[in-house]
Amino acid sequence: MTEIVSLEELAARIPSGAKLALPADYAGVAMAATWPLIASGARGLHIVCVPTGGLQIDLLIGAGRVQVLETSAVTLGEAGGAPAFVRAVCEGGLELLDATCPAILSGLAAAQKGVPFMPMRGLIGSDLLRVRPDWRVTENPFEPGDEIVAIPAIRPDIALFHAAEADRDGNVWIGRRRELALMAYASATSFVTVERIRDASLLDDEVTAAGVLPALYVGAIAHAPNGAWPYGLWGEYPTDAAEIARYAEMARSEASFSAYLQRFTGTAAFA
Amino acid sequence: MRPASDRERLIATVAELLAGVHHVAVGASSPIPAAGAMLRRAVDAKRGEAPVRISILGSARHNFFTNGSSELFDCAAQGRIDAFFLGGGQIDGQGDINLVGAGDYPRSAPRWPGSFGSGLLYYVVPRVILFREEHSPRVLVEKVDFISAAGASPPSVRRPGGPYALLTSLALFRFDKARRCFVLTGVAPGHDTDEVRDRTGFGFDVAEDLGPIPEPSPEALALIRDRVRGELAETYPQFAETLRDE
Repeated sequence: MTEIVSLEELAARIPSGAKLALPADYAGVAMAATWPLIASGARGLHIVCVPTGGLQIDLLIGAGRVQVLETSAVTLGEAGGAPAFVRAVCEGGLELLDATCPAILSGLAAAQKGVPFMPMRGLIGSDLLRVRPDWRVTENPFEPGDEIVAIPAIRPDIALFHAAEADRDGNVWIGRRRELALMAYASATSFVTVERIRDASLLDDEVTAAGVLPALYVGAIAHAPNGAWPYGLWGEYPTDAAEIARYAEMARSEASFSAYLQRFTGTAAFA
Repeated sequence: MRPASDRERLIATVAELLAGVHHVAVGASSPIPAAGAMLRRAVDAKRGEAPVRISILGSARHNFFTNGSSELFDCAAQGRIDAFFLGGGQIDGQGDINLVGAGDYPRSAPRWPGSFGSGLLYYVVPRVILFREEHSPRVLVEKVDFISAAGASPPSVRRPGGPYALLTSLALFRFDKARRCFVLTGVAPGHDTDEVRDRTGFGFDVAEDLGPIPEPSPEALALIRDRVRGELAETYPQFAETLRDE
């Protein structure tokens, strides 16, 4: 049964040490839940970027909330590199699981299907493979001599993302952003923030039903208008590039990063 | 008509490298490759040929995928994408690329964003064009510090894809797969081979028919300044604007 809760309650259900799947900046980032998540004090998070990360990841890293980072890239896009990520890497403050986008998607697909791994082309001869001992070169059982990489299933505890709409039963409309469904299928549960909660079921109309993530996968929903800001949301509103550029500037030093964060969380309780 | 700018020449060169391609994908934040693909499509259409299909990641209008981020990689792994662009903080003479960082991993300094989709796309897309405007020994190194994706693989690895060309603001190389090295085929107007050697950290061969990189044809230039610039404005508004001022 999906519960409709406040943003603070939704964030409070993410415990320290959770393995948390978060979407790329174009797919529906639950930015509005990021501030209460940081304020809640949950630590030691294992973040799985699906398949890359941006502002949300950089904020969590800068606030000292991330222990393990599994990602194909972290970037602020046109605003440049992600300052807190770069700082943490240089200081050795993160357990890095460097990946490539299709490997993360393959690992989630394995979890979705309830199988232990997914084979994937590429990777052989790269240092990515060298620094990821959990990825194994194996032989295609149907074609002796054909080497292929096995990516183990990625099973996050919680997928956290933002979408346009949910209904009171907990169904969420994700349209063609199918990576959100992939994250949700692979994770034990999903917490979703939405622009709107509507009374009529999203499953009543075949047109909306085709883009629905059913409530089966959704543990909690919180109402958060403009909830992806400063990121945009597909079909709803554009990215606030000026705000992301402002963050990029302020995050260059730890002191001004703290000032930026404090404006949203009302607390300086991180270090 | 005013002469071509450096960026307009790069766009026209990209379009030439895409000759005969049916489906090209372009990553996010790659305005010159995107413009080159759009020019290819415009030229094909004008000549009455089947226009190239373009998938620009991060664009709503030039991206027809409906299956999320997986669809690009699934398409590529099946051979449905003929060409793609990759860059790199470092590119070496064997075609290995580094998008992770300089120095000893994991405490890279500087650290770059990460490998993105290169770990698969470099291996399965037949015509990967390496594009980096900066041409310096800092970028074009003898050996990368970290291999995000390898330029070549042993025969035991099924590998339909790999590097096809390397284009910078200074030079154009093709990649010799058998010998695993770059071959200089063109130099930007006003520069020479010695300068390319000075500014390249790896050794390379020189093509027998080496010459200046051609200027865009009047037809191509007109298309860049009208149709392509208009199409670019949706995904890269700032870039489209600055292109007009050149």
